[in-house]
Amino acid sequence: MAVIRDVMPAFELFQPANVEEALSLLNRYKSDAWVMAGGLDSFDWLKDRIKRPKVVVDLVGVKELEGVRASGDGLEIGAMTTLTDLVRHPLVREKFGMLLEAAEAAASPQIRNQGTIGGNVSQDTRCWYYRDGWECYRAGGNICYADTPTAMNREHAIFDADRCVAVNPSDTAPALIALDAKMVIRSTSGEQIVDAEHYFIGPGIDITRMTVLKPGDLLVAIRIPGTWAGSQFYFEKVRDRKVWDFPLVNVASVMKTSGGTIQDLRLALNGVAAHPVRLRAVEAAVRGKPRNEQTAEMAGLMAIEGAKPLRHNGYKLPLVRNLVKRAIRGVEGSWTS
Amino acid sequence: MDFLKWGRSPWGEDILIRISWDLLYLSAIGGVLFLIGHALYVRFWPQPVPEKGDAATTAALAARIPERVARHSVAARAFHWVMAAAMFVLLFSAFLPIVGVKFAWVTIHWIAGVILTLSIIYHTVHATFWLDFWSIWPEKGDIEDSRRRMLRGVGQSAPAPRKHGKYPLENKLYHLIILITGLAVIGTGVFMMKRVQTPFFTRNPYLFTDQAWGVMYVAHGLAGVGLVALVMAHVYFAIRPEKLWITYSMIFGWIDRGHYLEHHDPQRWNVARPVPPPPPDEDAAKGRRIAV
Repeated sequence: MAVIRDVMPAFELFQPANVEEALSLLNRYKSDAWVMAGGLDSFDWLKDRIKRPKVVVDLVGVKELEGVRASGDGLEIGAMTTLTDLVRHPLVREKFGMLLEAAEAAASPQIRNQGTIGGNVSQDTRCWYYRDGWECYRAGGNICYADTPTAMNREHAIFDADRCVAVNPSDTAPALIALDAKMVIRSTSGEQIVDAEHYFIGPGIDITRMTVLKPGDLLVAIRIPGTWAGSQFYFEKVRDRKVWDFPLVNVASVMKTSGGTIQDLRLALNGVAAHPVRLRAVEAAVRGKPRNEQTAEMAGLMAIEGAKPLRHNGYKLPLVRNLVKRAIRGVEGSWTS
Repeated sequence: MDFLKWGRSPWGEDILIRISWDLLYLSAIGGVLFLIGHALYVRFWPQPVPEKGDAATTAALAARIPERVARHSVAARAFHWVMAAAMFVLLFSAFLPIVGVKFAWVTIHWIAGVILTLSIIYHTVHATFWLDFWSIWPEKGDIEDSRRRMLRGVGQSAPAPRKHGKYPLENKLYHLIILITGLAVIGTGVFMMKRVQTPFFTRNPYLFTDQAWGVMYVAHGLAGVGLVALVMAHVYFAIRPEKLWITYSMIFGWIDRGHYLEHHDPQRWNVARPVPPPPPDEDAAKGRRIAV
C-alpha cells in the first residue's frame, strides 16, 4: 500500500559505464534488477515501496546511450537521450516535427531535462489502483479494481481490455509508431530490432508488462527511418488541464497526399488501451480517398468501432472520433506541423 | 517453496491469490517420475503369467464371441476426442504463458472451457441413459481383485484375480479422479468467467468475497496442475505397446476377440452371442405329425 513517500527501501545500486557492463548486470540479476533511466517514474515506485528491487541499474553513466545521430536518411536516437535534447535537435525539428511536438507535450521543461525517450516509451501505467500497490492483475493478483461496478475508471481503456483496463500513458509512443520507428533491444544473448508498434504489449499477452522487454533486456536506441521525413504530421494530446499532465487520449498521424488525395498514412492513438493502438483499418479505408470532411468523418466513426467503454470513460468515444477526424482533416494551429 | 500465493486486499485483509506455480513444475516432475518408474517396472520386473482357462471352455466361448467386440460407440468416441482436444487446449493455454510462451490466452482458454463443459454435460446424459452406467464405477470386488493383482505383480503368491469387466480398475479409478478434477476446474472456471469479458456474463469481480475468490482460484489451480500429471499418465498408457489395443478401440470402436478373451471376464462383460436353440429332432417331428 502506498503510504510512505520519504525513504526508499535499501537496494544495491550499480552505475555501469557502458552498455556491456549494464547488460552483464541485467543478465546477472534478471528480475531482481530495476533499470533506471531518468528516474522520474522509478523514484515514485521506489519511494512508495510498491516496487522493491534488490538491485537498481542506473544508466546515467552510459554515455553511448545518449544523443541523436543521423542514420541514412533517418535518425537513431539513443535511449538515454533526454526529451529536451530531442526537442532541441535540429534533425528532429527538420525531419520529424511531430516527434518534437509529442516529446514537448509529454512533460514540463524541468521533467524534460531529466526524462529520457527510452523511459518515456517504457514507463508503467498510471492506473492508481495499481500504483497504490493493490494486488491487482498487473501486480500479480487476480482482480482488476478499476473494472468493477463501483470503480473509478475515467482514464482507463476503451479498447483491448483483457482483465486489466489500464492504459499506456506515453506521448512519444504513438508518434514513434506513426513514424514506423524501430526499437533496438539488446541483451547478453544479442540484439533484436522490434517495430515500435510491436514493442508495446497488452494484458492479453502479458498482464504484468507493458513492453516486450524481458528481464535482462535493455532498450538501447530508437531508429526512425526516413520514409516519412517531411510528411504531413498531426499530433494532438487531450489532457485534463492545460498544464503538464498525462494524456486522456492522444493521436499521431503521418500522411502523404497528392492533389488532395491521401496516398499513404499511418495513424496511432494512445491513452485508450494498455498499448498504443495503430488504426490499421482506418488507414486502409482512407488510403486513396480525398482528404476532406467526408473522409475524416468516416475515419472518426471507424476509429471507435469495437470500443467498449467502462462506466466512467464513455467520453473517450467522441474524443477519439473527433481526434481522428482532425488528424485526417488536418487542422491549422497548435500541434500540427 | 510456498504452495500458495497470498496478497493484501484494499481493506487490509490477507487474501489468497492462487497456488504457487512451483506446483506446476512439481506436478510435471511427479508425472515424469511416475512414467519412468512404471516403464522400468514393466521392463525389468518379471511380469505375472496370466491364468489360462480350460481350453475346451475357452474354445466354446470363443465360438460365440464376435470377431470384433464393440467397445465404444461413435457417440462415446466423439465425446472422448472432443474432451481430449478441449483438455489439451486448456492445459496449453493455461500453462504455456507461465513457462514463458506469451500469447493472448484468456479467450482461447474460456472457449475451450465452455466446449469441455458442454461435452461433459453431453457425456453425462449419454452415459446415464444410453450406456451401461455402472460399468465405469469401482465396485467392491475390484478391491480384492486389485489386491491379488498387486501381490502377484510384486512376485508374491495370491489367488488368481477375476478378469476385468468392461473397464479395468485402473480405468475406473482414472475416470473417478478425472471426474473430480474436471468438476473442480469446471465448477470454479464457470464462476471465474465472471471475472473476464465474455458474451455470457457481465463482468463482476465482487460476486464473491475476496477470500471466496481466492479459494476458487486455488481450487482451479490445484485441479489444473493435477490434470497435468494425470494427462501425462493417460497419454503414456495410451501409447504403451501392450495397451495400444485399448487406444485403437477408442479410435475404431472395437477390440478383437483375442484381447477380449485374454483380458475380460464374460460374466462381467457379456458380449457373447446367444446360444442358438438345438436343431429340431426329425423323428420327434415326424412322430408329432403322425400323432396329429
